[in-house]
Amino acid sequence: MNVQDMILTLQNFWAKQNCLIMQAYDVEKGAGTLNPMTFLKSIGPEPWNVAYVEPSRRPADGRYGDNPNRLYQHHQFQVIMKPSPKNIQELYLQSLEELGINPKEHDIRFVEDNWEHPALSAWGLGWEVWLDGMEITQFTYFQQVGGLEAEPVSAEITYGIERLASYIQDTENVFDLEWVDGFTYGDVFYQPEYEHSKYTFELADHDMLFHSFEASEKEAKRALEENLVFPAYDYVLKCSHIFNLLDAGGAISVTERTGYITRVRNLARACAKAYYEERKRLDFPMLKDKEAACDE
Amino acid sequence: MSKAPFLLEIGLEEMPARFVTGAMQQLQERVEEFLQQEQLGYESIEAYSTPRRLAVIVKGLDTKQADVVEEARGPSKEIALDEDGEWSKAAIGFSKGKGASLDDLEIKETENGEYVFVRVEKKGKDTAVLLQQMQDVITSMTFPKNMRWGHYSLRFVRPIHWIAAIFADSVIPFEITDVKTSRQSYGHRFLGTAVEITDVEAYRETLLQEHVLAHPEERKKAIVQQINMIEEEQGWQVPMDDELLEEVNNLVEYPTALFGQYEESFLELPKDVLITSMKEHQRYFPVEDKNGTLLPYFVTVRNGDHEHLENVQKGNEKVLTARLQDAMFFYQEDLKLNIDETTNKLDHIVYHEELGSVGDKVRRIQTLAKSYADAFQADEKEQEVAQRTAAIAKFDLVTYMVDEFSELQGRMGEVYALKAGEAEEVAIAINEHYMPRSAGDTPAQSRAGAIVSVADKMDTIVTSFSIGLKPTGSQDPYALRRQAAGIVQTLLFHEVPADLGDLVSEAIQIAKTNGIEIADAANLQEEIEEFFRMRIKNQLLDTGIRYDVIDSILAKKIKRVDVLQAAAQFLNEKANDPAFKRTVEALSRVTNIAKNTALEEAVISRDLFEQNEEIVLYESYLQVQAELPAAMKRSDIASAYLTLEQLVPVIDNYFEEIMVMSDNEALKNNRLALMAHLSVLIQSFADFRKLVLTST
Repeated sequence: MNVQDMILTLQNFWAKQNCLIMQAYDVEKGAGTLNPMTFLKSIGPEPWNVAYVEPSRRPADGRYGDNPNRLYQHHQFQVIMKPSPKNIQELYLQSLEELGINPKEHDIRFVEDNWEHPALSAWGLGWEVWLDGMEITQFTYFQQVGGLEAEPVSAEITYGIERLASYIQDTENVFDLEWVDGFTYGDVFYQPEYEHSKYTFELADHDMLFHSFEASEKEAKRALEENLVFPAYDYVLKCSHIFNLLDAGGAISVTERTGYITRVRNLARACAKAYYEERKRLDFPMLKDKEAACDE
Repeated sequence: MSKAPFLLEIGLEEMPARFVTGAMQQLQERVEEFLQQEQLGYESIEAYSTPRRLAVIVKGLDTKQADVVEEARGPSKEIALDEDGEWSKAAIGFSKGKGASLDDLEIKETENGEYVFVRVEKKGKDTAVLLQQMQDVITSMTFPKNMRWGHYSLRFVRPIHWIAAIFADSVIPFEITDVKTSRQSYGHRFLGTAVEITDVEAYRETLLQEHVLAHPEERKKAIVQQINMIEEEQGWQVPMDDELLEEVNNLVEYPTALFGQYEESFLELPKDVLITSMKEHQRYFPVEDKNGTLLPYFVTVRNGDHEHLENVQKGNEKVLTARLQDAMFFYQEDLKLNIDETTNKLDHIVYHEELGSVGDKVRRIQTLAKSYADAFQADEKEQEVAQRTAAIAKFDLVTYMVDEFSELQGRMGEVYALKAGEAEEVAIAINEHYMPRSAGDTPAQSRAGAIVSVADKMDTIVTSFSIGLKPTGSQDPYALRRQAAGIVQTLLFHEVPADLGDLVSEAIQIAKTNGIEIADAANLQEEIEEFFRMRIKNQLLDTGIRYDVIDSILAKKIKRVDVLQAAAQFLNEKANDPAFKRTVEALSRVTNIAKNTALEEAVISRDLFEQNEEIVLYESYLQVQAELPAAMKRSDIASAYLTLEQLVPVIDNYFEEIMVMSDNEALKNNRLALMAHLSVLIQSFADFRKLVLTST
């Protein structure tokens, strides 16, 4: 199965489970969790089921397109279901079957792995899913998001598209993956991989980036003062990505690191709180069955 | 009394492997406690667990509590009877409260006078009803990490999916997070189906048919047998790591062992790297030939049967190969590094925000190691090795490999140092300076490694305490307790003839001259000594030494730990000696009488001794003074004790004949002075007052 069919298959499958199929968000980010469709929407009591592909940038993992597994930008297929349905594991396993992975012919295991994102003040418990020893998915029950208790709890499923594809297509090198017949992953992504790596490690103007960080932080705060959560959050994402670029370029010492993470975290927490307050002020409009949302 | 079997099975999403066994034991204990509390008898109880279930089977459980007759005491006779000798309102209220009639009341004599009593027969409750409280038993379970799910507020190890609760062929009704109890269980996630438990006693067999080995020991045995079979067929050895086996056992419900292969060229990697990649990251068992040489194979355990085992093998080989390719890249890059240049990079790694860089720490360790080399009585060669080791011991922290595999710190240092042409002793000491790595680990075997190890750990303790990072309760994020225990263990192993207190003050001094802010050095010294006292105490308690013996030898400033340990062991044995009591009493008496006399003012004047017993004691004192400190220094505890024991008849005679508290002030002070000096000597061995004497 080529990468495109994998994505279409997963979209179709989760659409059938009443997930809204959304698109990747247009601000740079390190993981699908940072997309506001996950970070903000997993806050508060309103139910929310969504799935989307997220191109995720990890500047530190850039390898100039030389490494068969590590990438500046990889793709995550992200699913959020709030509240976490009882059969979420079964749904996930069914989705693997849709991809042609019959659990009886493999060894599929749920191995403890707890997720934490300090800059988002978010953490959860769950597993990494192993397919014949390879980690193909991160499976998390959010416990806290933006410093707020996750009530109800969202289940987050993050498939590593490249990992899963290299298993399904039995390739050694990610750049050999078939995106569709006649186009490899390398055809599409080799050049950006090389260029982004070169930019990150050799060319990035750190002064400019430090200024951008400051400016974005300031703008996020300004937007928050006006209670404009989504614009504020866009600037938080910018801060996060700029920080990652600077960090990968070795421009941030270990001591300073904590300080920058704290600054992003404070913004993320403020956005989370503002989002919750705003939804509450609107009387949680997506909450259809208000009785049922109360705890048992 | 009729009896029946009881099954409780909780079905869960996959629990963390490291929690499974503890959770199973906890469930069993809580059920036992419940049955005991409810006074329900049973024949046997057995617990089961897999990653997806915790279960308890109680066989021969009473179907009903026994009826009991209880006698309750009410008001006193004066209050229970009115003037006419009729039952008062108080008595009537009492009988009503107990559900009894007035005819059941009677007056009885007690130690405290006469009171009204009532006998109440309590009918035993049905076990089936009582067992509904299993709901609380389950929800009150605690785990190292708990989670919530869906819209429920319960915190549990993982979401609950089913609860089978069956007693005497009936379902015990209760529910947790909308999960209602039933007789339904579930088999293996992929190989089994939903299954009704019709016979509790056949629980194990029923699940086996659904491809679940519910008994953890049985499952473990199956894994070991399968691995043994592979060993036999292939002529290999697969060393059984119990911790790994335990983890693997709790990752599978139906184990099938298989082996895979990796390219022989990877064997060029250091053994520790290969083993860590296999064990820690993939939970594989490494494979060796009969001589213990690593072979390019691994054994893994699948959660499933033999079907399509080749897929599983191929997938696992692919994953391991990718990991080893990464490791090979790191290894080759690291080998290009120059050790001294790499060490310089440590200046850019923050050790702790308030304590500077790792480079700063290395410089402190270097100075401290120089000073400790004397304390360890290291020879010239050892001093040289220790100095070089201290200088470069941390360089591997900036290698790719340790960045990726942090558990290999020290081990990679050894490998790279050897490759870079460092002396073998230095390479070994680099690895050793992290030892003991865990509670069961051995300390550094070489003296140079031990010196750097103690210097590193002591520096960590002193500098952490200096900025208030002290362990509290269960919180010890910097593992300072383990480091202190490691220091004690290392000092004991090398029989280091140095006072622990001096090692501490040396480290404080060096931290101070190296720019660590220490406001009150004396107070810090006291805190750290107390911290060590607690560690030593725990270590001695673990070896079976009486707590009072430990208290007696830890009462004063901490000196040499080897002497402390020897003294503790010696006293622990001596405590069984019939003569011990007399010795303790005599020596304690001296210490007691001297306790208010300041040593500075205690001047002994020979001329002021009046009686023979005084002179004899004084002369004995001089002899002890000449012998005891020397014996302690040699760690010759038996001789040291003997000098004290020889004092006992002299002391006894002395107190028989002499009033220390004489009316003559000069005489009294002189006698107290002798007592004070003698007491100091005695206490340099132990504070005998802390010993608890049994009256035999």
